[in-house]
Amino acid sequence: MDNYIIEMLGITKMFPGIIANDNITLQLKKGEIHALLGENGAGKSTLMSVLFGLYQPEYGEIRKNGEVVNINNPNDANDLGIGMVHQHFKLVEIFTVLENIILGVEPNKAGFLQKSEARKKVVELSEKYGLSVDPDAYVEEITVGMQQRAEILKMLYRDNEILIFDEPTAVLTPQEIREILQIMKGFAKEGKSILFITHKLNEIMEVADRCTVLRKGKYIGTVDIEDTTKEELSKMMVGRDISFKVKKEKSKPKEIVLSVENLTVPSKIHKNNAVKNVSFNIKAGEIVCLAGIDGNGQTELVNALTGLEKASSGTIRLKERDITRDNIRKRSASGMSHIPEDRHKHGLVLEYKLEENLVLQRYWQKEFQKGGFIKFDNVRKYANRLIKEYDIRSGQGPVTIVRSMSGGNQQKAIIAREIDKEHELLIAVQPTRGLDVGAIEYVHNQLIKTRDAGKAVFLVSLELEEVLNVSDRILVIYEGEIVGELDPKETTPEELGLYMSGAKRNTGKEANDGK
Amino acid sequence: MENKNDLQIKKFKFKNITDNAGFSSFASAMMAIFFGLVFGFIVMLVASPPNAVAGMKYIILGGLGRLGDVFYFATPILMTGLAVGFAFKMGLFNIGASGQYTMGMFFALYVGFMWDMPDSIHWIVAILSGMVGGMLWGLIPGIFKAFLNVNEVITSIMFNYIGMYLVDMLIKGNGTMYKSTTTRTNYLPLESQIPSLGITGTNVNLGIIFAVLIGVIIYIILQKTTFGYELKATGFNKFASEYAGMKGKTNIILTMAIAGGFAGLGGAFAILAPSGISGSSMTYEPINMIASAGFDGIAVALLGSSHPIGIIFSAIFISYIKRGGTLTSLVGYKPEIIDVVIAVIIYFSAFAAIMNSGLSRIIKSRFKNKELSHIEEDEPETTVKSKDDNTKEEE
Repeated sequence: MDNYIIEMLGITKMFPGIIANDNITLQLKKGEIHALLGENGAGKSTLMSVLFGLYQPEYGEIRKNGEVVNINNPNDANDLGIGMVHQHFKLVEIFTVLENIILGVEPNKAGFLQKSEARKKVVELSEKYGLSVDPDAYVEEITVGMQQRAEILKMLYRDNEILIFDEPTAVLTPQEIREILQIMKGFAKEGKSILFITHKLNEIMEVADRCTVLRKGKYIGTVDIEDTTKEELSKMMVGRDISFKVKKEKSKPKEIVLSVENLTVPSKIHKNNAVKNVSFNIKAGEIVCLAGIDGNGQTELVNALTGLEKASSGTIRLKERDITRDNIRKRSASGMSHIPEDRHKHGLVLEYKLEENLVLQRYWQKEFQKGGFIKFDNVRKYANRLIKEYDIRSGQGPVTIVRSMSGGNQQKAIIAREIDKEHELLIAVQPTRGLDVGAIEYVHNQLIKTRDAGKAVFLVSLELEEVLNVSDRILVIYEGEIVGELDPKETTPEELGLYMSGAKRNTGKEANDGK
Repeated sequence: MENKNDLQIKKFKFKNITDNAGFSSFASAMMAIFFGLVFGFIVMLVASPPNAVAGMKYIILGGLGRLGDVFYFATPILMTGLAVGFAFKMGLFNIGASGQYTMGMFFALYVGFMWDMPDSIHWIVAILSGMVGGMLWGLIPGIFKAFLNVNEVITSIMFNYIGMYLVDMLIKGNGTMYKSTTTRTNYLPLESQIPSLGITGTNVNLGIIFAVLIGVIIYIILQKTTFGYELKATGFNKFASEYAGMKGKTNIILTMAIAGGFAGLGGAFAILAPSGISGSSMTYEPINMIASAGFDGIAVALLGSSHPIGIIFSAIFISYIKRGGTLTSLVGYKPEIIDVVIAVIIYFSAFAAIMNSGLSRIIKSRFKNKELSHIEEDEPETTVKSKDDNTKEEE
């Protein structure tokens, strides 16, 4: 008989009209790293919320060491030794690392904090597991990697033995990813049991012992990593074959479409400039990727290009025309398409119908309006064509309210709108964020198709795999400066990581070659 | 396979009904009205048990005998309702409808008294100048909002007071208009009055026809034009509208000016109406009080879910039970009872979203439970999505 520390047996969780978890079984052995794999909406977060006591399942039971337990709230979970590092960290920004770690279990004497005791324990733990943190640094001032280590220490401080990591590598550099995976292995060796939620197959193959796959709320199966392959896992997750290698011909760059000179953009958060004196250009028929760790000026750079923010100096030329002072509408009309970073905030009016969203950039054009009245017949026709051509799936076709569509199909709608619109330059910011492998494959193919149609593509991405696979040329941004220009065929993830973390930069001649 | 297709069709039909925005706002308005009346009845029972049934009867049926007056009193609150609802479509809370209404009254009065014009067009010019007055009073908060990002609630509340005191001052200082012996203005000359509809025994006039027409026109603007498309998009998601290159600032100013114009028209319709009820129109009494029509407009807009057609009906409804409410004094109740009922109705219609999502959820889960075993689930995705949205917003 296997020695299971946590068993979730036959868990069924229904929301009104929807079965989020349908008879799911998850068995975690002591001392193993168990991956939980599934697309968005497969029911992973619901299952974890059940384990955490946030939801009560309709059917099924949870056992710890073979005994049935009731988990009614997160405190119960904590008492059972279950801890979790959330995808979005739950830290108080204006507190120090130490204060965050002890938050909720503060050691005190008659109501007075006893920090020195706590500090000793935290320092011990961080040395033991190689989790370097500065206990007195304020969370808002430390890197994402250190914030994550603080979160991990939070679990260790509470003596948790079952550790849940929810997409821990999403925000890290390759070096940091390597570190965290090592740390996880270390925990497993110590006898702690780890649940690792992710959709990155490489990481599962690297560290996990077993993997449970969910699809559309249903349990698909649990496999030993030793006996499986990446392809098999992805097939279990998506239900069909997925090709990982992005197929594309060599790029044939032609004339310059976008040229940016000495662009400087002030930051809204701090006093320094977010983008510092940046120059680059993009040619027709190539995909140029801007790589970098989140928050190094990518958002501001894109906003300045698209007109959402004002640059303080520099020039932007689209097809040799100076557009630095043009407004958003004018830039869009002169051939700039933009797949925004946040599809819910900028890309869509969620309360609008699909057809209304598909003409969001074009409703004012002659084809769709006459004398201020929208030609709804044409809108419907146009929407139906895009839905068919770009395979946008929804409940009621053009009249579906966009909010009710799945993330992947919402993104498809934006992509269809931006690619179908007349354009010379496509700016795509993290176009695959939050999408599952099937949808990612689709997005990449669309980008390459756009390139092959002779358009210029500017891709901003945080995903190394995407950067290396899709782009024809890589620009690395670090603290608002472009610190390197690399050829994806000649570079490695490690080298790219060094540039992204500011440890390396190619200067002078090399960087100027691209101009 | 066929079985599944059947189900699919069934599902769509069902969704068409419950997901229809009009249906759900109508259902929730009905529920709000029902609860409001029940609550009113309870208050009446407590206040004076033996008369409660008779009183309730007056509230519900009393308006029937005075339909002309129902329309007469509905006209101004229909217009202020549109003023609030229209701005609300863009995400602006126009609490300044009272000030705009008062300015509309003043402009209409001024033209009615001071300008010499051919009789046939005098009242029309008076109405239009009322609109201009209201527009002016909406425009200014709009400009502040657009260029300086000053919250329109604050400026428009201030403009309620500024407008009211300004109008009182100007009227008291004008010898032709103001008669100090009666502490109110003279009655407007006949030629500047809106033509009556000629139904004897009532005060109903052309104003209601105009108001309903304006409601329908706004509906068309919102549904069919690029301006309406932009306006609603901005109201739903101002970031997306900016991303799409819509001119947010111009649209804010335009929306506030148009909304103000509606309230101004309401003021003009009210003051220019021929009326047998003394003091209710054709004259203005400067008593340093903010016009209640503006606040009634908020109630009307809420009950009508800010939908122009909904607002037409809710204005008529509120006017209707108000007429009935005044009759409750016949069985010993104070007329304020009807304000209590209206307040409760508005209170419940503010819960509209919760109530109708609850209602449709109950219906849906009933339906689903029956068919549970057959359903091919593609929906978990959407719920998990929306949950994600929530966490994002929290952060």
